[in-house]
Amino acid sequence: MPWEYIEDGVTSDVTFRASGRDLAELFTAAAEATASAMVEDAATSVAAVRTVPVTARAPGLDLLLLRFLEEQIFEKDAHGLILRAGDVGVEGNDDEGWRLRATLVGEPIDPARHALAGDVKAVTLYGLRVERDGAVWRAEVTLDV
Amino acid sequence: MPPPQGLRRIADGVFELPATLRPGMRVPVRIFASEPLLQAMDDAVFQQAANVATLDGIVGASMVMPDAHWGYGFPIGGVAAMDPRSGVISPGGIGFDINCGMRLVLTDLTLAEVEPRLHELVDALYRRVPAGVGSQGFLKLSEEEFTQVIEQGARWCVARGYGTGEDLARTEEGGCFAGADASAVSARAIERGHRQIGTLGSGNHYLEIQVARPEHIADAALARRLGLTRRNQVMVMFHCGSRGFGHQVATDYLQVFLHAMKAKYHLDIIDRELACAPFDSPEGQRYFAAMKCAANMSFANRQVILHRIREVFSHVFGRSAEDLGLRMVYDVAHNTAKLETHVVEGARRELLVHRKGATRAFGPGMAGLPAEYRETGQPVIIGGSMETGSYLLVGVATGGTTFFSTAHGSGRTMSRTKAKKQFHGRELQRAMEARGIYVRTASYAGLAEEAGAAYKDIDAVAEATELAGLSRRVARLTPIGNVKG
Repeated sequence: MPWEYIEDGVTSDVTFRASGRDLAELFTAAAEATASAMVEDAATSVAAVRTVPVTARAPGLDLLLLRFLEEQIFEKDAHGLILRAGDVGVEGNDDEGWRLRATLVGEPIDPARHALAGDVKAVTLYGLRVERDGAVWRAEVTLDV
Repeated sequence: MPPPQGLRRIADGVFELPATLRPGMRVPVRIFASEPLLQAMDDAVFQQAANVATLDGIVGASMVMPDAHWGYGFPIGGVAAMDPRSGVISPGGIGFDINCGMRLVLTDLTLAEVEPRLHELVDALYRRVPAGVGSQGFLKLSEEEFTQVIEQGARWCVARGYGTGEDLARTEEGGCFAGADASAVSARAIERGHRQIGTLGSGNHYLEIQVARPEHIADAALARRLGLTRRNQVMVMFHCGSRGFGHQVATDYLQVFLHAMKAKYHLDIIDRELACAPFDSPEGQRYFAAMKCAANMSFANRQVILHRIREVFSHVFGRSAEDLGLRMVYDVAHNTAKLETHVVEGARRELLVHRKGATRAFGPGMAGLPAEYRETGQPVIIGGSMETGSYLLVGVATGGTTFFSTAHGSGRTMSRTKAKKQFHGRELQRAMEARGIYVRTASYAGLAEEAGAAYKDIDAVAEATELAGLSRRVARLTPIGNVKG
């Protein structure tokens, strides 16, 4: 699994580590972890019937990931949608900044079909990092629940 | 992990880390706890409280309440008062869930009267007070109406029949933070939150039916003054906040502050989670006005939930809410920043008091309390875990040491991920029912995360607040029914 929750994170929150061979995979894995913090087993229980486009810019990859995941959380409250990553494109560099062009795909939350988990409030800056480790991109994210 | 070197006891239940502990600290860290609670605190609490002590304009001390645990930037259970002219305002010192708070409601019913209808009652509350991820409230408000709610708070609800004037009088700030300005709030925040009034949320948010058993009354005279007049009297306590609206306000302004504090104000902070702006700046003032909107949304949320509770009780018992004696004890916020006047080194000063996971606890005679509580002190509601119980306390005259602040809950000792591995939601539900607590939940995973063993001992926390002179115990309230998000 390219993501896992960790037990020794912030006591009142949910911390996960994600990885990917490229930034698109990493962002996709992070979105999967975030979706699964809201609906258990989101990878198998969420149907792709709605698509929400996301664009974002940020000076660093950590803040770009934060903004991507914030969109997932926003859609959960604003429109009652549980969303996973669709197509993800990340480009840029640390000097000129980073850009995201992506889609989130999913469906309205239905307690009859979805095993509800936590109502994620926000993506925090606590320990937030995105870094390259050889051929693998890694991220650590703490969600306020 | 043992507390850091240099910690010394300065009074009963009060410990201090000196301002010389670390470069940049402007004030000491003061920890209000019993020895066992102090020993059990996360190391991160001390680090975070020391970080807070470096913030511009902090006055007196960076304070830690007995239930403190590792939080976002500030510890949860942290209090920091800033000089409004030279100090900062920090969303990390308030929390994402602005005006998360507690409301306690009396009934004239006893355990013997409620027990035969308990399942019916909890089931109806579960249906009528939406909880869990993605839930929406019964009030269908346009975005225009929502902007009125966030400027008027619980007053908006009472004006439309969702409550009484007495409810407002028994809510901190009368249920409305003055100075809330909807123009300081993003369209995105309004879009995110305007359908959520009347919803509990999830995590540690709950609605509980509780009993004040005679053996748990700590101060009988105070209990009577607060309306606890019957043996085994049944009460309703609930805990929730400003939902996605408040979360978005905090998210929006963290971004604003991250940029402005470096580029415009050259504030050098030790940890970017402490993102802040001078209080006396356009950004600081706009956040303060937006934060008040979120606080008002939360008061309105709890007011509408109370309306639903009254409807449910009335339906189940076939009597009016008035006849059943459904009236508020009090509503307290525990995630706010407020301008208040306090005495510092013998002089009265206006201060911006950040309370994050900390409850205002005004002592007897202080301005801002309703007439019926002027002699008793402000009712304080400390929510425990769903398995163990909660406390009703009052503020005391000696509370000036923390700018009249006290604990807010049990405080977690175990991460959510660890609790979910250790406990099983459905088994926990069955075990609780066997012990006389009927639980309905929107999320069994969420239920497991909230197991009593994931929290500190609520009795120890309440006792520690009394030991340190922050609040006084009135009654311990034990759960018999619970709705969990």
